[in-house]
Amino acid sequence: MRLVQILGPGCPKCEQLKKNVEQAVAASGVEAVVEKVTDINQIIAFGVMVTPAVVVDGEVKSVGKVLTPEDAAKLLQ
Amino acid sequence: MDSQGMGSPVSCQCGSAPKLVFACSGAADVGKLADLAARELSAEGVGRMFCLAGIGGRVSGIVETTRSAQAILAIDGCPLDCAKKTLENAGFQQFAYIRLSDLGFEKGKTTVSQQAVSTVVAQGKALLAAE
Repeated sequence: MRLVQILGPGCPKCEQLKKNVEQAVAASGVEAVVEKVTDINQIIAFGVMVTPAVVVDGEVKSVGKVLTPEDAAKLLQ
Repeated sequence: MDSQGMGSPVSCQCGSAPKLVFACSGAADVGKLADLAARELSAEGVGRMFCLAGIGGRVSGIVETTRSAQAILAIDGCPLDCAKKTLENAGFQQFAYIRLSDLGFEKGKTTVSQQAVSTVVAQGKALLAAE
């Protein structure tokens, strides 16, 4: 089971990214939990200063972009 | 480094991406000067000081945040160019650059005064304004 975390305070871009990642997970068939991280201190703890960001199994994969479902799927491979 | 040192708060990309400042922060007097200038640029809101060690250590959050930056400024104290090489080794090729020895600050012979810091800060402001 993979853990995908969406870092962001909850703005429309962050919400869109979460939807796109969930769509990517569903389409890929990868077993993954997608969770949102809105706490600023937790976001900073990843070394991230720009949101939205995507973290897969503890590694930051993307910062400052609303990935398309297709691009998000590449992060799950 | 604590969260304050990371230059919080976090920027949402609904606004503009930050301009990031990296200093060699080396052991010599010019390293201290580079560090203080970067901190002042950060305090004045010209850019945000970020962790060069995180780039060297390939900390994913720091590397990816840097990739998303609007502009990058590196400040080296001496011609060893450690900050520049650290960024380049991590794949960053385009960034504004200050080498303090080019401004007349000689390693081992530099007094780290407010005037010296202001000189470097002025140079940093000019470079970041052009980015």
